[in-house]
Amino acid sequence: MNNFEYAQPRNLVELLDLLSSESGKTELLGGGTDLVGLMKKMIVTPERVVNVCDVAEMQGIYRDEESDELLIGAAVHLDKLLEHPHLEPFDALRQAIRGTASMQFQAQSTIGGELLRRPRCWYFRNGHGLLAGDGKMVVDGDSRGHAILKNSGPAKFVNASRLAPALIALGAQAQLVGPTREEQRELSLEDLYRTPVRVGQRENVLQPNEVLARIILPTRPDVTSAIYEVRHGEGPDDPLAAAAAAIQLEDNIIRDAKIVLGHVAPTPWVSHDAAHEIIGKPVTEYSAQAAGRAAVASATPLKDNQYKIQIAKVAVTRAILQAARLSAGGFYA
Amino acid sequence: MANVVYSWPTAEEAKVIGKRRDRLDGLVKATGDAKYTYDINLKKQLVVKALDCPHAHCRIQSIDTNATEKVAGVVHVHILRKPSTEIQFQGDLIAAVAAETEGAANEGVEKIKVQYEMLDVFVSDEDLKEAINVGRTEKAAGKTELEREPADDEDEDEFEEKEINRLLEESTYVVEGYYGIDVITHCCLEPHGATLEWKGDKLDVHLSTQNVSRTDEQFAEALEITADDVDVHCDYLGGGFGCKFAPDYWGIAAAQIAKKTGRPVKWMLDRDQELKIAGNRPSGFVKMRLGADDDGMVIVWDSQQWGTRGIKGSGAIEYAMPYVFSPKNFRRRSTAVLTNAELSRAWRAPTHPQACAMTQTAYDDLAAMMGANSYDIFMKNLANISSGQSAEVYAEEMKIGAKLMDWNANWHPHGRGPADGSLVEGLGMAIHKWGGVANTSNCLLRIHPDGGVESYCGTQDIGTGTRTVCAMVLAETLGLSENAVQVNIGSSKYPMSGASGGSTTVGAVSESHRRAGQDALEKILDLASPKLGVDSGALEAVDGRIRVKRNASKSLSWKEACGLLGINPLEVTANYTRGTKSPLSNIGVGGVQMAHVVVDKETGVVKMKKLVAVQDMGLIINPKLAESQVHGAVIQAISYALFEQRIMDPTSGAFLNAELADYRLPWLGDIGELVVHLHEPESERQRGVIGLGEPPVISGGAAISNAVCNALGVRVPVLPLTPKRVLDALRQA
Repeated sequence: MNNFEYAQPRNLVELLDLLSSESGKTELLGGGTDLVGLMKKMIVTPERVVNVCDVAEMQGIYRDEESDELLIGAAVHLDKLLEHPHLEPFDALRQAIRGTASMQFQAQSTIGGELLRRPRCWYFRNGHGLLAGDGKMVVDGDSRGHAILKNSGPAKFVNASRLAPALIALGAQAQLVGPTREEQRELSLEDLYRTPVRVGQRENVLQPNEVLARIILPTRPDVTSAIYEVRHGEGPDDPLAAAAAAIQLEDNIIRDAKIVLGHVAPTPWVSHDAAHEIIGKPVTEYSAQAAGRAAVASATPLKDNQYKIQIAKVAVTRAILQAARLSAGGFYA
Repeated sequence: MANVVYSWPTAEEAKVIGKRRDRLDGLVKATGDAKYTYDINLKKQLVVKALDCPHAHCRIQSIDTNATEKVAGVVHVHILRKPSTEIQFQGDLIAAVAAETEGAANEGVEKIKVQYEMLDVFVSDEDLKEAINVGRTEKAAGKTELEREPADDEDEDEFEEKEINRLLEESTYVVEGYYGIDVITHCCLEPHGATLEWKGDKLDVHLSTQNVSRTDEQFAEALEITADDVDVHCDYLGGGFGCKFAPDYWGIAAAQIAKKTGRPVKWMLDRDQELKIAGNRPSGFVKMRLGADDDGMVIVWDSQQWGTRGIKGSGAIEYAMPYVFSPKNFRRRSTAVLTNAELSRAWRAPTHPQACAMTQTAYDDLAAMMGANSYDIFMKNLANISSGQSAEVYAEEMKIGAKLMDWNANWHPHGRGPADGSLVEGLGMAIHKWGGVANTSNCLLRIHPDGGVESYCGTQDIGTGTRTVCAMVLAETLGLSENAVQVNIGSSKYPMSGASGGSTTVGAVSESHRRAGQDALEKILDLASPKLGVDSGALEAVDGRIRVKRNASKSLSWKEACGLLGINPLEVTANYTRGTKSPLSNIGVGGVQMAHVVVDKETGVVKMKKLVAVQDMGLIINPKLAESQVHGAVIQAISYALFEQRIMDPTSGAFLNAELADYRLPWLGDIGELVVHLHEPESERQRGVIGLGEPPVISGGAAISNAVCNALGVRVPVLPLTPKRVLDALRQA
């Protein structure tokens, strides 16, 4: 780890003042569960680390009475989210947090930090950059954990966030602030992520001096949700693939649905094809399986990750069934 | 002490031996008061970090440390691999930086500039054909045993080939199989390393080692001093498993840096370095055929095995297959695959888990082919075994295991079990063997006139509970409680005791401490004899007293008896030499393990439901410690059966998952129910102490593989059985 300057601002104005406009010069610190490891291996080498945990505007979980939305500060820790009564209806999110399996991680990690976890691609983590030689290292190397969707470009990694699929399925927005306090934009959480095509691009659209300040979550009493992660074991390791489903059921017919896969593409993968398979129909094992198949129909596996197609398909099927409160099978039924 | 007859008390007589006792040092370990090598910090110490080679095969062209030397806080740069050196695996340490702080050392490492010439890389150990193509193989030893012999004029190889084929043709059942097991690392929680300082010309080392008594010599030899000038300490050890027998080149370099700078030095490997260069277990793969008769008795085995132990050497992959089972006719041939990887080290029961996982899977596949109960096929084939344990004991252990597993109620033919949606259950079993000889050990026992008892022995606690064992043996022998005995271990200045390797430690310290205890007691009884008016042979030490046998009212307290020593303490040194026939210890154990798993056929995820381990080990000093050893071993077996693997980049040879975040290990919820049965009938107890540390890690892998096969009706051939491998096997089935 290189030496670095450390700052602990109290508000967004102070925070934004501390950020450089040059990529990589400053890094934001939430719980440090990802950043510290990256710095130790010198995958990121910031000159200044800015701790966001005391930034007033990034705290708390509030309900906006007017819009009936939940506002979640990006510095809120996962264990706080898990126990907060406002979050109770959002099963997919709570399941995703529980899925991390580690109390230490939940107590330490912030929602903003979790959403912005860097990919666990072992070529990236071993210092070969996000694109790992235009993707060639992955293609020729060991790709068992890599993308099966959206992998035709140089980016072969999978997005690392375990909360993003659930939050995107639930219609979350990301509130970004910067470079000044007045410059603020809101975008769908799915649009926070991108697939880099050039060296130097990160896997999200944040500018170096821009901050993910809040998550805005619409409250939809008619929507039920679930996430199904296929995990190798019970530990905190990332799942092999995951899917979140949020569905609006009326008279046992799905009126609306959003299906989002995790750990299958360089971004969380919103599958309109899967949603299409179930909208307007009652939820049955058959329709859920059809959605699973649709979700991976366009998959393009690499040399070592054919198996992930099957796993992703099953994750989608089971997430839909669980969202509909039906028995989904598997170990977590 | 020629007149002392060494023996153990009977089970009825024993007051301490055989009782469930807590570890004496359990509390200090649990609270963090126990100081491991990593916890040791010395005043004015320098911290060392090293640059490791990012390439798996290259030649160093140049090393430039100018920038490093200018980093604030850097005190010394030590070159470990000179220019023109060929580096043969990733992670090999090139240069070390000693600095005032860890940060400065790391910054110094970052600034070392090395130019490399890249050389060809090969790491695909499973791909024998490719290994042959690129010239990366070496013939290893094999073995053939046939009932018939060739005619005088017959070519031996041709005869073997013909005879094996004839036997296979005559067999009712022929299994042709492919099985394997990946390289894993030792993955010690405490990485290798030392904190050391020179005191004048004497070197004082805190070393994370499973070989306290002999590493002083290794330091001395490398540093061109004598062993009396080196003192190695290791009070507590955070994992060894066979990879910590030596100071290693970084330990020697630490001493050289300390000498050069005149400062104490602390050098512990980083986690990724620990995984890359500080210990791995060789892989194994086998293509085999076996032939069996109508009843499922195997009559012939023929196998071609290969595997890698890294950049050179074949010894460790000459797996003694078939394992435990030894049909009357067999042929095994082996080939070493040379890969750009660190040379393997002994890993808990070296070669046995591999041999077991590549043999007893095939026996289980025979059961599957016959539609038979695996238990019956295993039982039948006990007629032909090669083991230090008898077929009768294995049979007994199988019966106990089957009862604990409720085998018959849970059994179904392979792939024919009831399914709960995508979930299917299966049972599997396997058997193992081990030696477990007692290592050489010396014990100095000092008994003070005030009754104080202290012992000194240069052994170590690799997790065994060595202190507790020493104290229990002395307590039993002297009729005291364990707390009345001060046990001292973990220093090379104490009387020599063998390394903790080969499951030899409990046997070793039981031998030396029992002998020392009996020798000392004999003297105390001689002194007490006139006071109590009986021959010393009529005395015994029980409950803190020296008393007349069968007349407890005639006695002296321990303290009174010791007071008879006069002003000087009694000192006794006792010795046991490995391999000496002894009534106190023995060699040769067996064990049976049975696994009950659930597999999700749609995701390939395997979960442990239950694992039953039945294990004999002769006389058991402390059943609680013994159970703890078995628990640790079977958890490690579950780990290599389902999770652990070293993953190498096929093109660059980089060790891709050399971080605990990527190197998968089981979590508590992955273990399932563990049922341990320590098999200690009187016939086994009478054999004396036999080592236990390694055997229970052996057969869990094969048992789990067999259980998964029983669940699916499809063999997933190579351990670990990851979801990918399970799904790939199902797809190809």
